[in-house]
Amino acid sequence: MPFTHTIGSLRYAFASLRELLAKATPLRSGDVLAGVAAASAEERVAAQYALADVPLAHFLTEAVVPYEDDEVTRLILDRHDAEAFAPVRSMTVGELRDWLLSDEATPERLAALAAGLTPEMAAAVSKLMRLQDLILAAAKIRVVTRFRTTVGLPGRMSARLQPNHPTDDAAGIAASMLDGLLLGSGDAVIGINPAGDSVATTAGLLRLVDAVRTRFQIPTQSCVLAHLTTQMAALEAGAPMDLLFQSIAGTEAANRSFGVNLSLLGEANDAGRSLNRGAVCADGTVGRNVMYFETGQGSALSAGAHHGVDQQTLEARAYGVARAFDPMLVNTVVGFIGPEYLFDGKQITRAGLEDHFCGKLLGLPMGCDVCYTNHAEADQDDMDALLTLLGAAGVNYIMGVPGADDVMLNYQSTSFHDALYVRRVLGLRPAPEFEAWLQGDGFARLALEARSPERLLA
Amino acid sequence: MSGPHEMVAKLRALTTARVGLERTGVSQRTQDVLAFQLSHAQARDAVHARLDAGAVAERMAKITGGPVLGLRSEARDRAEYLQRPDRGRRLDDSRALLAAHAQKGADVALVIADGLSALAVERHAAAVLERLLPRLSALHIAPLSVVEQGRVAIGDEIGAVLGARVMVVLIGERPGLSSPDSLGAYVTFAPRVGRTDAERVCLSNIRNAGLSYDEAAAQLERVISEALARGWTGVAAGQSGRALPGPGGES
Repeated sequence: MPFTHTIGSLRYAFASLRELLAKATPLRSGDVLAGVAAASAEERVAAQYALADVPLAHFLTEAVVPYEDDEVTRLILDRHDAEAFAPVRSMTVGELRDWLLSDEATPERLAALAAGLTPEMAAAVSKLMRLQDLILAAAKIRVVTRFRTTVGLPGRMSARLQPNHPTDDAAGIAASMLDGLLLGSGDAVIGINPAGDSVATTAGLLRLVDAVRTRFQIPTQSCVLAHLTTQMAALEAGAPMDLLFQSIAGTEAANRSFGVNLSLLGEANDAGRSLNRGAVCADGTVGRNVMYFETGQGSALSAGAHHGVDQQTLEARAYGVARAFDPMLVNTVVGFIGPEYLFDGKQITRAGLEDHFCGKLLGLPMGCDVCYTNHAEADQDDMDALLTLLGAAGVNYIMGVPGADDVMLNYQSTSFHDALYVRRVLGLRPAPEFEAWLQGDGFARLALEARSPERLLA
Repeated sequence: MSGPHEMVAKLRALTTARVGLERTGVSQRTQDVLAFQLSHAQARDAVHARLDAGAVAERMAKITGGPVLGLRSEARDRAEYLQRPDRGRRLDDSRALLAAHAQKGADVALVIADGLSALAVERHAAAVLERLLPRLSALHIAPLSVVEQGRVAIGDEIGAVLGARVMVVLIGERPGLSSPDSLGAYVTFAPRVGRTDAERVCLSNIRNAGLSYDEAAAQLERVISEALARGWTGVAAGQSGRALPGPGGES
């Protein structure tokens, strides 16, 4: 089905939904690199006009990646919930934008709609939205998950404590962990990116975090972000495994390049749940969410697995993967990939808000690693702006890295202080279980004993 | 039992991470903010510094005692280099220079490229080369190339034209906050356009506070002789750390 829009005497035509979505995407370097971006600013707006007129129901008949070739497409279409879709089934993409921003779209109705929308519908509508639209609509959607803490409640914002070390040195990791805990970070997860991907390292780091957690009775969960198969082997070997992590992407081929598929993700989810390590949370329910996913625009192109689809639509498809596994945490690592995908602070900012909105709309507990690399045209001011905007949009959690400088992954994320700043300026609080701990004996003991960290680490 | 300042000192002794930053209200103090800004400024300057290719070529000619070829990639400037990695992997018209120097039977070809840190090349490339070349004296070495706006894979095209069995690319790595001048070395057997990073061996972090010149030269000698003996280079499909791609950028 060709899509068209005429501006003056020029008739713009778009041969497929895939091409239309790509050309309607606000400018970013990764789509230019992939050769799928609009050729001019006017063509981009023509594509946005044409996209606004596409009926949502059309998205159920034209896949951007062929159904026969791709298990992510099959997952999206096979699991589509027609009943949930019913309230919007007669709308176009443009009408969906208007509805999302209207007072008709209450938090309850938005939550009920999630299973009725496909990732491609979410991506499409986001391409017609300005930053304030992405913030306003996302702020209405709360997605709450539980393990030992409750993350995503209204008026709350959590942080992942990320105490990485270049050589996985236990004392070095413990030092960063203490520093973060003392600054109120770690209520989303204490999550370590290991430098070496081995079962022994993974199990050792899990035991380290678990020892500190139990000693000071900290309500939180731990995770070592090794490859999923490494974590599953550590779990088998009896390591204290709370959350299981994996990077995921929006096509089967890109996930294959990460060494995973849907079946493996399902096995991991089942294995994690079978341990029953979650706790009774503040509202009396037991925490059952055990998966942690990271994503990022451009990862499919980087793996040569993009099928000519724009990077933002593929990112939304990664959320289609994530939501099949009821994750505890999902975050885009928005500026990590580099300037050939998101060139500058402007592109990173928009991508971060698009990702957060699309994830929330699809029913995911979205956080964001607000970050950049030194070869991107971005700096701390850009991160402050995105961080503040995400706080206003109701982001579930951000990262906490000592001084914002990750000395293992060599990129800049957000600091423990940054989380305190957002909480203060927007009146946000930590997860209720963690907030109570910060005011109790466990924290007081940690603060006292941390004065002699060498004894703590012995 | 010790006070808070001693605690900070103890934490800092355990990691290079920026731990123990004091607060004013909830915010970082002026000195810590400036220290971060300085690190970032140095990294940014390194990314955008232009390689003085002529001066580097002169220094290299003194070390090799042979001709040094000045080459450029298709990326015209830094902005294009950063956004179009594909153009940083192919030579522009300067490839005509290469053909004249093609020779059968070279064991090793060497390329020095600015990559993401011209500073790394200017500080460390000569020192590594001075220690590496004597270790390769039994081998036939093709003329050395200095490439502006080059990525690692540009060595594949150069190596293929020169007919070398092994390509060694010394290249500026993506600057970290504490390492604006880190040099990388990539070794590829049978270089040709289309080789992937999985078909190379990489030595990283060659700088004063990292891998030393002597150790880098020794490791390179070992990798090169292994490549020549085995007839391949590469790594098993790696699955480590954060599996999301990037922030490599130099390849």
